[in-house]
Parts: sequence; C-alpha cells; structure tokens
Amino acid sequence: MKPPPFRYADPATLEEALDLLARDGADGKVLAGGQSLMPLLNFRLARPAHVIDVNRLATLAAIAPAADGGLRLGALARQRALERSALVRDRCPLLAQALAFVGHPQIRARGTLGGSLAHADPAAELPAAMVALEARLTLRRAGGERTVAAEDFFVGLLTTALAHDELLTEIALPPWPARTGAGVREVAKRHGDFALGGVAATLTLDAQGRVARARLVGFGVGPVPMRLADAERSLVGGAPTPTTFAEAGRLASAAVDPADDIHASAAYRARLAGVLTTRALTDALASASGRAA
Amino acid sequence: MSDTRAIALTVNGQPRQATVETRLTLVDLLREELRLTGTHVGCEHGVCGACTVLVDGEAVRGCLLLAVQADGRRVETVESLAPDPTHLNPLQAELVRHHGVQCGFCIGGILMSLTAMLRDTPRPSEAEIRETLAGHLCRCTGYQGMVDAVLALAAAR
Amino acid sequence: MIASASRTPEGGYIGAPIPRREDARLLTGRGTFVDDLSMPGVAHAAMVRSPHAHARVGRIDTAAALALPGVLAVVTAADIADIDKPWPARMPSPVPGTRLRHGARHTLPRDKVRHAGEVVAAVVAESRALAEDACDLVRVEYEPLPAVASAAAALAPGAPRVYEELGDNVAVHIVQRVGNPERALATAPHTLRETVRVMRGGGHSMEGRGVVARYDETLGSFTVWDATQQPHAVRTMLAYLFDLPEHQVRVIAPPDVGGGLGPKASVYPEEPLVCWLARHLRRPVKWIEDRHEHFVSAAQEREQVHEVEIAFDGEGRLLALRDVFTHDVGMYGALVAPVITACTVPGPYRIPNIYSEVRAVYTNLQPSGAVRGAGRPQGVLVMERMMDRMAEALGLDPAEVRARNLIPADAFPYEVGMWFRDGARLTYDSGNYPELLRRALERADYAQARREQAALRAQGRHRGIGVAICVEGVGLGPFEGAILRLDGRGRVVVTSGAPPQGQGYQTAFAQIAADAVGVRFEDVDVVTGDTGAIPYGIGSFASRVTANAGPAILQAGGALRDRILAVGAHLLEAAPADLEIVDGAVGVRGLPDRRVPLAQVARLGNGGTAFGMVMPGGLSVGLEASAYFTPSQAGYSASAHVCILDVDAETGEVTIVRYVVGHDCGNVINPLLVEGQILGGVAHGLSNALYEEAIFDEQGQSLASSFLDYPLPSAREMPRVEMFHLTTPSPLNPLGVKGAGEAGTLPVTAAVAGAVEDALRPLGVRVNRMPLNPGRVGDLIHAAAGSR
Repeated sequence: MKPPPFRYADPATLEEALDLLARDGADGKVLAGGQSLMPLLNFRLARPAHVIDVNRLATLAAIAPAADGGLRLGALARQRALERSALVRDRCPLLAQALAFVGHPQIRARGTLGGSLAHADPAAELPAAMVALEARLTLRRAGGERTVAAEDFFVGLLTTALAHDELLTEIALPPWPARTGAGVREVAKRHGDFALGGVAATLTLDAQGRVARARLVGFGVGPVPMRLADAERSLVGGAPTPTTFAEAGRLASAAVDPADDIHASAAYRARLAGVLTTRALTDALASASGRAA
Repeated sequence: MSDTRAIALTVNGQPRQATVETRLTLVDLLREELRLTGTHVGCEHGVCGACTVLVDGEAVRGCLLLAVQADGRRVETVESLAPDPTHLNPLQAELVRHHGVQCGFCIGGILMSLTAMLRDTPRPSEAEIRETLAGHLCRCTGYQGMVDAVLALAAAR
Repeated sequence: MIASASRTPEGGYIGAPIPRREDARLLTGRGTFVDDLSMPGVAHAAMVRSPHAHARVGRIDTAAALALPGVLAVVTAADIADIDKPWPARMPSPVPGTRLRHGARHTLPRDKVRHAGEVVAAVVAESRALAEDACDLVRVEYEPLPAVASAAAALAPGAPRVYEELGDNVAVHIVQRVGNPERALATAPHTLRETVRVMRGGGHSMEGRGVVARYDETLGSFTVWDATQQPHAVRTMLAYLFDLPEHQVRVIAPPDVGGGLGPKASVYPEEPLVCWLARHLRRPVKWIEDRHEHFVSAAQEREQVHEVEIAFDGEGRLLALRDVFTHDVGMYGALVAPVITACTVPGPYRIPNIYSEVRAVYTNLQPSGAVRGAGRPQGVLVMERMMDRMAEALGLDPAEVRARNLIPADAFPYEVGMWFRDGARLTYDSGNYPELLRRALERADYAQARREQAALRAQGRHRGIGVAICVEGVGLGPFEGAILRLDGRGRVVVTSGAPPQGQGYQTAFAQIAADAVGVRFEDVDVVTGDTGAIPYGIGSFASRVTANAGPAILQAGGALRDRILAVGAHLLEAAPADLEIVDGAVGVRGLPDRRVPLAQVARLGNGGTAFGMVMPGGLSVGLEASAYFTPSQAGYSASAHVCILDVDAETGEVTIVRYVVGHDCGNVINPLLVEGQILGGVAHGLSNALYEEAIFDEQGQSLASSFLDYPLPSAREMPRVEMFHLTTPSPLNPLGVKGAGEAGTLPVTAAVAGAVEDALRPLGVRVNRMPLNPGRVGDLIHAAAGSR
C-alpha cells in the first residue's frame, strides 16, 4: 500500500518544529525514525493531515554525560548509536541490554529512543527500561516545557502524556548506583519481535550483599509498562537467593493482568512474568556482583 | 493533496535529482524514478528486508524512509556492487558457489545488509552472520547457502 | 554443497552440481520481475476489496473516485458485463463416483461477496498511490450477512450458505475404502484415537502476485505478463472469458518470478480485470499485489480437523487406519489439497485396511488452494502422531515401530488401494523406506541421542527426539512439453511451458538438453513460461516439472541430435554414425580437420542453400524437435527426518539442537539445486511447526494480516540442517527422476510435534496441534500439570 497524501514539513530548528506542532499537531504526526509510523502510513492505518519530520534537529540526537554522573539522551538518538555508545554501556547497562532485543540492526539504524517511547507499544522494551531506570522525560512546546517521570509518561495502550503540541526532546537517566546489576529477559516468537512478555530488572546490593533496592518492570503484560512493586518490596532488605527470587516471581505473576490475544493467552503471560522476573533477577545479581563501588 | 519537493541525492556514486511527492518512499523513488529495479518491495512494513539499501553507509529499510528524507544523502543499492553480471564481487561469487539464491527477490536487500556488516566486521562468526540476516526473510532457500557463502568469504580473508 | 562447473566423472552434465546461470543477473540487481518490466504509458490499478466476509452488495458509487485528478477508470461488475461468464470448475473430483459441487463464481461479484478481501471494484490511475486514494472514495453499500469462518461452522445445522444454490456448504464428500476397515477396527487387539488439528497458512513468496496487460487494438490481442506458475491455464481462462482464440491471448511469466509456492498456481479475478482495463483504456495496465493483499486474497491452506484411529497388534503392526477429516476450501478452490491429504496419510506403511473420509467445505474465507506441500504435511502429521502414540502404548521405540511397518524395498510397485488426485490408482513406483529410515537414524546418532536424552532428563531438562518418515506424490502429469531447436547462432534453444520461480530451470533444463543433444552446456539457451512460444503446458507446481519437462527435453533433444547429424552428414559427406558433436561443431570422429560449426549446420538445416530455394534431396527442413511427455502416473519421493530439540518448560520455548534430513527423489539432475529445494522446504515446514498461523475470527476477519503478527523464520531461527540422499530411480521416465520441490516441508511438523511431545512426556503433554509457539507449549504444559 502507499501512504495517503499529507502536508510534509521538515523544520530546521526546534523552535520551528514546536510552532508547527502548535499549529498542526492536532491532526499531525511527528516523524522521527519512521520504523513505527511509516508502516502505519503505508497501510493507511494512520491518515494525518500533517507529517512533521524532526530528523533535521541534530541537537536532539546527542548522547551526553550528565553532570551528576548519569546520562542525557536526546530523543532523536538512534537505537544503533545508543547500542554502540561506550558511554551508554558504562553508565546504563540496563539500556545496553534492552537494546539488543529491539528489532533488527536495520531497524535500529533508523529507530530512535524518543520514537519508541512516544509510540508506547505495550510490548516494547525501551519504555519498560525507562520506567525501571526512573528516567525523566522532557516535553517541550512552543513557549514552555515540563518534565515527566517515565512512570507517568505511559498513560494507556499506545497512549502517552504527550499533548498534541508537545515534542519529547530529552531523556535524563540518573547515575548508575554502585553494586547494581541489570537483567532483561523476554520471550518473543522470533528474536527481535515484540515480546509475548518481558521483564527489565535492576538490583542494587548493599555493602553486606543484601538487596538495597530493586526495580522490576514488566512489558507485554498490560497496556503500559508495569512496575512490579510487590515483587520489588519483597526483595528489599533480604538476601538475593533463588528462594527470594522465586517469591518475587510469584508476586510478579500475581500482580499482572495481561490480555488474551492471538499470540498468547493471558494465563501464559501471567506465568511468564513470574518466570522472567526470577531469571532477570538472576542476571542482575550476576552483573551486580561484577560491579565494584 | 500531496505536496511535492525537489531533492538532490547521490545514488551509487552518481548525483541524481528528482521532484517527488513527499509521500513517495525511498524504495519507490529508486525503482520508479531512477529505474534501479534491483531493490524490491516485499511488505511495506519493514519486516521482510527486500527493500534494504545503504544510506550514508548504514543498512536501512527503503520502504520506511520517505524519498525526501534522502535529500543530500548517499544511497547505495545492489547495482553498485558489481559493474556487470560478468564481474561479480567476492561476496556475490561465493553466493553462486554456495547456491545462496533461488528466486532472487530477497537477495538485493540481503546483499546490502551483508555489505554493510562486512565493512565493519570482515571476518564474522556464524552467529554474527545470522544476526545480520535476521533482518531479512527468504521463503525459498532456508538461508544455509547464504550463511555458508559469507563464512567462506570470511575464511578466505 | 559447493557448486562445481565441471561435468560428472562419466562426462555428462546431468548429475553435476553446476552453478546456476540465473544467479549473476539476480545478484547484480538485473533480474526482471513483473514490476520491473519497462512499460511506457503504463497505468496502475488498485482494487477495492470487501471488508466483510459475507455481504450483499448493493449500489456502488464511483463518482467521487472518478473525479479525482489522475484517475482513469473505476469499474464494477456492471461495467465488465461483456466478460461476465461464470468461471468453470477448477478441478473435478478425481475419485470415481464423487463430484465437486461448484458454486457460481464471476470475475467480480454480482450479488454478494463471499470473503473479506474479495475484489468488488477496480480503479486505474496514473500512479498506484493515486489509485489507492481513489479506492478510498469508492462507496459500496454492503448488507452484512452472517459468515461461516471454519469448516465446523459451515457444517453446523442451519449454517449460512456460501452458495445458496448448493443447499449446503459441502464442496465434495469423498469416501475411500481399502480392505475391510470396519471389521479390522472392531476386532483388533489395540486401537488408539486422536483429534489432530492442522492450520497452515499462506504461501508468502517474497514477491506477491502481479499482472501487466497490454491490448493491441489493431490485432485484437492481449499480451499479458503474469507472475504465475501456470501461464497456459491463465491463457485458457482469459481466452474463455474474452471469447478470443487462444493464439490471440499470450501469457508470459516474466524471466524472474519471486517465488510461487502454490498461490500463484490459481487464476484470480485480478487477471481478467487488468486485461479488461487495458483494453478499455488502450494503455498497458499494471497491478502489483501488496503484502496485505496477499494476506487477505491470495490462496492459502487453512484448517483440517482429523478424527483418526489406528488398529494394531501387540507387536506394533498396523491392522487398520481410519481417518475422517474436514478441509476448509474457502469460498472457491480446488480439491487439490484434501484429496492429496487423504492419500498421503497411509504413507510408507503397509496398512491392509483403510477407511478415508473427507468433507471439503466452503467457508467465507479466501480461496484455498495449495501451499508448498499441498495437503501432504497434514497427512504426514496425522499418521506420524499415531505412530508415536502406538509406540508409547506398547512401550516400543518410535523408530522401531515405524521400521516394523514400512513397505519393504522389494514390494514395488506398491498399490495402496486408493485413488490419487490425478485420477489414477495410488501406486508407489520405487523406494527403499527401511534403508532411508536406517540411514537417517544412523546419521542422527540416534542411539547416542537417546542416551543423552536420559542423562539430561535426570538433570530436569526436557530433551526430545522426533522421527518422521513419509512418502510424497510427485511428478504429476498430464504432461509437459519441450521444443528444442538449433538456431542461427548454432545454439540449442530449449522452450518449455512451465515457468520457474527460483527452481533454476535455466540451469537444469540446459543440463538435460546438453546431454541429450550432445552439445556444451554453455551452448544451450532456455526459454520458459510463454504461451506464444509453446502452445501447451500445465505449469510449475506439485513437484512435477523435472519429471515431466525433463523427459520431454531428453526425448526432443535426442530427436534434434538426429536431425543435426543428418544435416552434418550431408555437409561432411559422411555417415551420421561416424559423426560427433564436439566444441560447438559437428565433426567426423577421428578426423579433426573434417568439422562444420553448428551455426553452419543451422544455416543449411533451417534455411536451405542457393538463396534458400533448394533443400538438398532427402533432408528434412527445420532443426527442431518437440516432445510432450506424459507419465503413466505420479511418482513417489520419500523423506525421513530426525529432530532433536530442547523445550524450556517454564517459557514454552523450543530450541532445535539437531536436524537431520534424508531424502530420496530418484535420480538427480543437479544436486546443488535439489539440496536448495529441500532446505527451503524444511524452512517452510519449520515455519508451520513453530511460527506462522493463519488466524481468523468467527466473522471471517483475518487477525494476522501482516508480518508483525504472522512470523516467518529468519536465519536466526533456522537450525543448520544436515542432509543426505538415497537414490531409488523412478521407472516412470527415462531420466529416473521424481520430484523435490516440496519434499523438505512434508515431515517437519510431524518430526517437531513428535520431538516436543517426547520432550514433555514426563509432564504428560499431548501434542495434536501446531504451531508450537511458546504460548501454546506453555499452556499445554500448564494444562497437563493441572490434570495430573
């Protein structure tokens, strides 16, 4: 199929882009990497009157260290660039791991971090990773900006907090705590496909080797990335053992409320959330043990 | 109504110009306007990979890029790999030796992905080859001939 | 396998792994697929398709669409009334005493649509994008009707009828009996039953369908470029619909067709529509199927539900087989797959009593045809599941139980006792099934694999081994033809009707012709798929071409050689028996100076001497020979697969550890090409086993109509396949060849199903349904745990 007709704009500056969004955003779509939007256009499932191509906004593609030791990632940073970045590997092991599951190299060459977040597919890895990392997202509009926690950004199925006249410009990641490991586990029908279910995990140990902090976020198990809070709480203060990890898995499984669809049953997804929680925690423990203070 | 734009880009080393509807995809520009029909359209949703070309050296989906987005860019298609069918490059020659091609519809895109990979990784492992090929569908061959062709190429280097 | 450009040790081309001539142009982007054809002035068609699976069609308002700038035509059934004849029945029933009940089908529906995706109107514009814009503006009044989206729904009492005139939805009901199955089942020491559901899917060749038509008003003729597997059938249908003599409709498969796999071996409404539009507009018109259209309108194979029962003795010897199944035909279709399934179930086993009953049922889904395997994978799955269950019931090894029932090597030709889809008795021509199985097990280190399995089980891991052996009907008639001639350049030109879609006919046919005529491989050209070049042909499907076209080429090649030598004898003033053809020339054996180049032979043989006015006395004009080969029946290839895999019982993921294929397709023209066909078939089989699934809701809507929801395996999912060959030549043709195009597909679902059930036997899991994706496997494990 071929896209329906639209008015096309490729603003050269952020200000221009925001002005266009203010004027045309209500019946417009932002084109970043295009790996999600172009299929919708090609299938005529999306028929925006306006397409606002933000790929000329080079300032939005930066991958930079933050003063506090974290990262400042431009929304337009390509998934491939993030994958290859030593800074990302160093300062955010969870993101580096999550990227390996995203599509295929040819998709990651164009796909962007911001695009994946704005599209908000419930089975996508990057939104879940951002929630696990407690990322803070900067949303800008003509004449203003606001910051939203990742957890508050994903509002519903394929729906984010972005208003029609807003553009996601930057994702700030906090510094990676000491003695913290990461794990991402998912099951998909084929490697690179959207997950039937997945869990992104970080685990922070204290000086005695007990769990100081855990973040567990499920994807593909509900309309938005799901913080598995009960499972997290069950781990804090305790020893990181197969028993406690199994219990966390049981709590995760009980907490999710996935849907039946043609790809898997709800019951399977719920069980899977538990299994993958346990496995992701095991991975996170292994990599936490490898990271000194 | 769809608007139009004039664009200028480099395709296979040659400067090319065109005036296109903004909704025209890159692969349709290459095939229809520039008559470079070696790149094919298989799904128009970025999964099959038949439309894969190199843009500024990176393998990307030609069906998921608008032609206007290639303005000012350097595009390489399968036609750039060999001057003519009697002078195949080493990758192409190995694909012949290992029977990596049957109907041929998917191979243009695959050649471009492999070409980009081999520029970065001249001696890939089987796992790395299969990872690059994971972005492509072939319904004819089962991929084994393609994998063996690249392994043979790597071994010869 | 690696290609080698030399001849076999015996000096021939047949049997040598010669690299393909097709590759160079394909690898350099110089292939010519239907959408690549340069056609100045071409206009682009797009189709308006019904969103409803079953609906009356009322008014169609085309005014807004026609008003769009760049739109050239919008047509509905009323506009094409002059070609509005009912389509003839696709294929009558091959089993005597049964009849295909055929509903009226027209190029465009007059009164109601019968599947979601059915073409209701066609638009032509200056570009495809504009044509689609116009499609969006066509307003169709639909009155939705209740739909039937499965054979079960269509057979239910009071079900809506797909074709009112038929009274019910049964397309054909075929019962076949061998021996006395009722008595055998009633008196056997042991019986086992199962319900097996198999849902296959689409062909999904990477190139979809496509047609370009040109009408010459001065000549009143069509030239149609069509990415079809059967140009002659398309020609015949077009000639019928347009009331034209066959020679005024020329259908040509382009030099390159991007895969066929079955769906391109049907005739579709788009073909006559595009022709009509080209004639109407006096411009060439092109329609290229996009992937979504392929999902909702190209032929598929969908669901069969088998109630199967076997009877056996305490030694694991089969006494009877009873297989009752339904097959979803869609709203129009051939009987190909269900009849083949019925005849494939008995497989390589001696079964003295058989009861087979099939109801092929019309539904409100897109037409079902044949997809690589064409009904055979379903039959193999059913039989092999029961063999595994029999082994389990008796505490015997599954491979051993199979061995005990195999038709022995000295029992050929072997009559099964049923009617096959070609209307002949199901008779296996040759084979050595015990040896094939034995070697497959040996190659897979079967005994060692069982020991490893036991060790892994002790560690709580779920390792499974599946074995499947099957027989495949191939080489179906009625015929294929070949015309060979020596042209003015001294080259041998082979023309045959069946077009390739990646099988490598330009290479394989040249090998046969070169050996038959006695010329060099490089001196042979191959032309295929053009009804203007050869008047009769059947097409490329059913693994039939090598066994039909091959012998035709051989025969015509021999006759051409005789003519060449006769002319050469005249030129060299020698006896034909003293002549040889070497290095592009005819020469006298032992006298290197007495030679004439083939081009000179052609000049005389095709044109005469003395200004073309005089032919030397006694010489027949025309260095050409044609032959149509008709096999007396289908041939039978065989395969044995061994699949070793691991199942992650917590996630349901299946990982193949080892996959071994043993294959017998008789003599082999080019082993490189055969290997490629098998590997491709195995990939398709694995896709059916683990990945793809055509899913529809109860209203006949496709729920998986893009690759995002319909996974096909990539190189990352494919295991490395180990292969060996066994050769039992076929007595049915002088080349001794059978067929290999689909073989790889047939036993894969059975081998994988067997392996997964084997892996999960300690958990009590039963596998009777595919694909075995993680969700399905996970749910099977959970359900089995719940019921223990």
